[in-house]
Amino acid sequence: MAMPRFDLGQDPGTDFGLLLRRVGLTQPAGAGAVPEAPHATTCVALRHVDGVVIAGDRRATSGHLISHRTMEKVVQADRHSAVAIAGAAGPAVEMIRLFQVQLEYYEKVQGTALSLEGKANQLAAMVRQNLPAAMQGMGVVPIFAGYDTRRDIGRLWDYDMLGGRYEERDHVATGSGSLHAGTTLKLGYRSGLDRAAAITLAARALWEAADADSATGGPDVLRGIYPVVAVIDADGWARVDDEELAAVYAAIMDEAREAHS
Amino acid sequence: MSMPYYVAPEQAMKDRADFARKGIARGRGLVALRYIDGVVMVAENASQSLRKVSEIYDRIAFAGVGKYNEFDQLRVAGIRAAELTGYQYSRDDVDARSLANDYAQLLGNSFTHGMKPMEVEILVAEVSVTGENDQIFHIMYDGTVIDHRDGCALGGDSDAVTARLRDAFTEGLALDDAVRLGAQVLGGERVIPADELEVAVLERGNGRRCFRRIDVPNDAAAPAESPDPEA
Repeated sequence: MAMPRFDLGQDPGTDFGLLLRRVGLTQPAGAGAVPEAPHATTCVALRHVDGVVIAGDRRATSGHLISHRTMEKVVQADRHSAVAIAGAAGPAVEMIRLFQVQLEYYEKVQGTALSLEGKANQLAAMVRQNLPAAMQGMGVVPIFAGYDTRRDIGRLWDYDMLGGRYEERDHVATGSGSLHAGTTLKLGYRSGLDRAAAITLAARALWEAADADSATGGPDVLRGIYPVVAVIDADGWARVDDEELAAVYAAIMDEAREAHS
Repeated sequence: MSMPYYVAPEQAMKDRADFARKGIARGRGLVALRYIDGVVMVAENASQSLRKVSEIYDRIAFAGVGKYNEFDQLRVAGIRAAELTGYQYSRDDVDARSLANDYAQLLGNSFTHGMKPMEVEILVAEVSVTGENDQIFHIMYDGTVIDHRDGCALGGDSDAVTARLRDAFTEGLALDDAVRLGAQVLGGERVIPADELEVAVLERGNGRRCFRRIDVPNDAAAPAESPDPEA
């Protein structure tokens, strides 16, 4: 890519999406409904005393088939924030990639990072731009969670397909299993949860969603595939390792076994 | 009807070069040098907010001296070129050499065809994963590219600074020592106050983004305690 230069009125400033359009690198719009395209499903996020926990299962489905078992729907957006996605997998992954680039691009061009709320608004604009694809069944419904370094708290946002942006106080769930995951969070949530309790609650919410929704994957003990669970606090993003999750799920499974014995 | 005066091309180029050089010499300089974990850049800069050294990409940094608005434009153009390449292909496909070439084209063009040459000298540095292939490119106002192995100086008095750097440089410097060395060769006889030094590093093993700004210790520019660090 040769070095792009712009006249004063044409300069795209800190907007990477606009820069892509100016140099002619935009994606072509969706041509029609693609009902069998892979879809990603359930993600949850909740606040705890030190920040937020964000988690998502690993399954992507095409119609009634499982198309991926190891998809990562929860990804780090920058040092102190993460995005989780539900909806059409292709556009969602692309949206996240663009979002990550946009945050870092803004930070470098401007010399300071966007505020957490600024990042949430930026993501809303991207969801809104995806509206034509959403009308064809290729909608993307993300969760945005992060640690607000100016206020020293964890914060959560969810979105609708039209780009509506809603800040949530305690917890949020999105995707096909969100009814069950959301109910589990609602029943289990209390203020002042610590890190471990919040991880357990997120894991349980995904367990309940997988138990009742065929498009949500549970922990795959056979293959050693566990949901992606991450904690974001003042120290930034940290993914919870599989060993810790295996122990959490072993406890949940013991409970389930006991209930049915 | 008046005829334009004939100016020999040699004279025209010399005039432009003199103009650019004068503009650059007015500002304060900077130096970049390798140390054990990467490349450190030390600039003399009285401003805390108008930066001379900045991040371009994961392993690439930019530094400029001369006219601020001109090298800042180049900085943003570099970030754009790097981000576009990384987005279109892969983050691994962004490299300092092609950026340096793009900068050279741009500066060379503005030197020969522009209303006036840009009054800037810039530096593009990249750290490699293993440390065997760190690169420092120095791009002049007329588009000349020079690549340096150990380090280089930009801006006013750069010949003298380069000579001091060449004499004092050693392999495998620790970060503190490299910062101190940078400040010393930059100042020469003078001692540059710590709050007028801008220091940043490209550091291997600092995660994906290697660029990091460094708070300067107060004694950074003070003469070394032993008269000769190599002694």
